[in-house]
Order: sequence, then C-alpha cells, then structure tokens
Amino acid sequence: MSNPAYTVIFYLFAAITVFSAAFVVFSRNVIYSAFSLLFTFFGAAALYVFLSADFIAVTQVVVYVGGILVLLLFGVMFTNSIMQTDLKTDVLNMIPGTVLLVGIIGAILYTFYSTHSWMPSSTMLQGSIVERIGFETMSGYVLPFEMASILLLAALIGAAFLARFDKPGNNEK
Amino acid sequence: MGNSLNAWSDWLTGFSPMGIPLGLVIIAAIPLVFIALYALTYGVYGERKISAFMQDRLGPMEVGYWGILQTLADILKLLQKEDIVPTLADKFLFVIGPGVLFVGSFLAFAVLPFSPAFIGANLNVGLFYAIGIVSIEVVGILAAGWGSNNKWSLYGAVRSVAQIVSYEIPAAIALLCGAMMAGTLDMQKITLLQSGPFGFAHFYLFQNPIAWLPFLIYFIASLAETNRAPFDIPEAESELVAGYFTEYTGMKFAVIFLAEYGSMFMVSAIISIVFLGGWNSPLPNIGGLELNAMTSGPWWGAFWIIMKGFFFIFVQMWLRWTLPRLRVDQLMYLCWKVLTPFAFVSFVLTAIWVIYVP
Repeated sequence: MSNPAYTVIFYLFAAITVFSAAFVVFSRNVIYSAFSLLFTFFGAAALYVFLSADFIAVTQVVVYVGGILVLLLFGVMFTNSIMQTDLKTDVLNMIPGTVLLVGIIGAILYTFYSTHSWMPSSTMLQGSIVERIGFETMSGYVLPFEMASILLLAALIGAAFLARFDKPGNNEK
Repeated sequence: MGNSLNAWSDWLTGFSPMGIPLGLVIIAAIPLVFIALYALTYGVYGERKISAFMQDRLGPMEVGYWGILQTLADILKLLQKEDIVPTLADKFLFVIGPGVLFVGSFLAFAVLPFSPAFIGANLNVGLFYAIGIVSIEVVGILAAGWGSNNKWSLYGAVRSVAQIVSYEIPAAIALLCGAMMAGTLDMQKITLLQSGPFGFAHFYLFQNPIAWLPFLIYFIASLAETNRAPFDIPEAESELVAGYFTEYTGMKFAVIFLAEYGSMFMVSAIISIVFLGGWNSPLPNIGGLELNAMTSGPWWGAFWIIMKGFFFIFVQMWLRWTLPRLRVDQLMYLCWKVLTPFAFVSFVLTAIWVIYVP
C-alpha cells in the first residue's frame, strides 16, 4: 500500500466523504442534503475497501444507500411543503456547543498523537473474509444474530400492523 | 498475456507507462465501457427488429444493410440535439440524474467475468456487490424524477423505485441459492466451479433438481428491476407519457437509454454466470470428439458469455410483445405473495440439497 497512486485515491475518497458530509449539514435545501448523503455513504464504503473490509463496504452500500437513503428520499418527497419550511432551528446553544466541539476534537487529537503507531490485530487476515464472517455468525455469535432477527421481525409485524386498513379508526376501505 | 486466469485484466492493471499507474485507475474500465456501448447499440437495433418481426413488420430498413446502422444514426442525431433543461426544473438534480443512473448500472460491470482471462475487479464478494450496487441506480432515478418537476416524472420515479426496492428481495434470495451451491461469492470462482468436460451438464441449472425455481424467480425479478415489460409500469406510455425521463432530450436521454440497456445486459450476464456457467462452453465432449475443449479459452469464453447475455436480452424483448402490463397492485402481489415465498422455499430446498445429497 506504499504505492503513491493508492495514497492519491485514498485522499480523493476522503475528500469526497468529508465535503459531501459538510454539504449535508450546511445545505439549506433538504433534497440536496439527502442526495449529498449518497456521496458520503459511497465515500465511506470506499474507505472500508481501503481497510480490506470488502464485505462491510458492500453491506454499507446495500443498507445505507439501498435502504435508508431511499426511505429518506421517499419521506422527503412525499412530505408536503417541505421545500417551503425554513430549516434553521431556533435553539442555539453557542457556548456549550463550542465547549463540546473543542473537547471532542481535543480528545481525538490527543489519542491520535499519544498512540505512537498503528496497532495491528493479533489475528492476521487470511483468505476470503466472507467465509470467516459466516462461520463466526453461525457459531460464536449466533445468539446476537438471532436476537437481531427477532427484533427485525417484530419491526416488520409492527409496520404491517400500523399500515393495515381494517383497524379501528381507519375506515378508508 | 498468457492464458491463465485473469491474465488480461492483470496485465491491464499492471500497465503503467512512465510510472503513471494508468492501468490501476482507468484502463481496465475501458473494455467495459465498450461492452456497455455495444450492448446499447445492438440492443436498440435488436429491440426494433425483434419487435418489428413479432408484429409482422420489417423495422428499420433504410440506413445500411437491413438498417444495421440505424442506431448509429440515432446516436448522431441525439448528439446534435439541443439540450433542453425545463425552466422550473431543479437544474442540479436534473443534470446529475442520468449520470448517477448510468454509473449505478455500469458499476456492476466491474465484477462480471467476461472471459476466463478478463474481469474488471476480482472481488471475493463479487455477487453481493452486483446485487447491492443497483441501489445507486435507484437514487439516480429519484434525482431524475424529482429534478424534472413534472408529475408524470415523479410518479414514474416513485413507481420505479418501489418496484426495484421490492424485487431486490426475491432476486437476492434466488441468487443466494446459486451462491450456496457454489459456496463462494467470487464471480470468477462461481464460473470455474461450473466448468467440466460435459459442458452444460455442469451448469448449476442442471446440477440440482430445484435450481430451475431460483432461476425462474431471478429472471422474473430481473425483468422488474430493469423496468422491462410486463413490469414497465414506471414508463407506461399510456398513463405516464414516458415515466421518469419524460422531460429529457438529446444526450441526457441517450445516457438514460444507455443505462437501461446496460442494466439489461448486466442482469442477463448475472443470470448466465450464476445458473448457466458464464463463460463456460455448453458443448460436451462426446467420446473422441472434444467439442468442449475445442470451444474453451479466453476468446471463446468472451463469445459464450456475450451470446448467453444476448440470448436473455432476446427473451426479455420477446416477453415484451407477449405479455400485457401488470397493474401496480398486481405487481406488488406478485412480488410479496408469490415470488418471495417461493424464493424462501427454493432457498431451504437448495440448502437441504447442498448439505445432504451430493
């Protein structure tokens, strides 16, 4: 990874991620914010690829771009008069906000400078990572996996219950 | 440039004149762009000719022999057209919409093995990537539909996105059946595992008595994902003018079409790779007559996968003039109450087959 081309590509993706994330926050137009989020997710996925985590990178695209971003865009597009609303909040806490910002940046920089080198993991990455993920999910982490699936199932049933026609108070049918 | 696995793409990646790593950055993508462009040119020509023959017409006959240069003439015409952006459109989204759409449909080309010697990027999560990257296309469709500031466009975009997001589920489960049979998500390995001296008998479609079910489910779902008839309600001409690209003209319209035909070829190639052996020759060795050995190799591999892709594109066009368009509720019924349960059934049966039978 000492090839300068990789460095250039890394900084390109890092710049895409940071600038699009800044645009998400600073844009006044909520639609532009939502579309800009696409580039943030895409850049984050590219950074995962640089960490040799291909599987997580693709999962990032599937879950965040395919699921959450599309849901967000649908929500924004189906909300009436969202373009007219002024998105500025009237709660402004300048002093606590600044203190928090300086504190967090200080903590990150302190960790960055006090850690002298990167700490490589004791288990080295060998071969295809997908099989390892499969084995670990199905053996060591099967309980959290099943719990997550039950949570998602409950969410699905709840969504179907909220949206159904024949419940009391919803006589549109 | 030997004949070993991925020889051509490795050579292209290592190509760096004067220390500039051109190969790493761009060169490997150029053949893929040409494949997408040819898929468009001959896809459109084929579409018009096949439609014409099915309706007992001749189709384009004027430009070139049997109208073979008609698409080229159309592209030249589109290049010269005025690029109109509606006054009340959201200019930025209107302009980037087709671009994002094309990038989304083109990104999946990177992991398709077009020959034993050529694959854009040999990822070990290739199949998962090909399923997932389609979601960028969805964002492009929404940008185009919203940016046009037109009710038909927005309706088309919303229908299209609802359809793609829903049909991703049966499509992904069906492809997972193929991945289970292979035990890997690496596209090149999936193809390699289906090669053998008996040609088509090694393809996953014929390896397993249940494989026809995920094959059929993925084919139906891929029709919906590419907005082809009978699932073309996002651009239903009789209701929505042209769906999300109603307002587009000139080159932007051409780019949307390029994306559409690119993704048609992409899903056809994926179904050929997962179930029909990708670049493997379907001809078996019969005794001393070694048909399979004769028709294998890097060039033959490219020939076979492109032929398989074109075959499925032909079936897509054939269905367009055979089946009527579905209604929106019928579309959702088919996805959630027919295809998804059957996909789960085939998933469980394939798992049982893979674990207990061979």
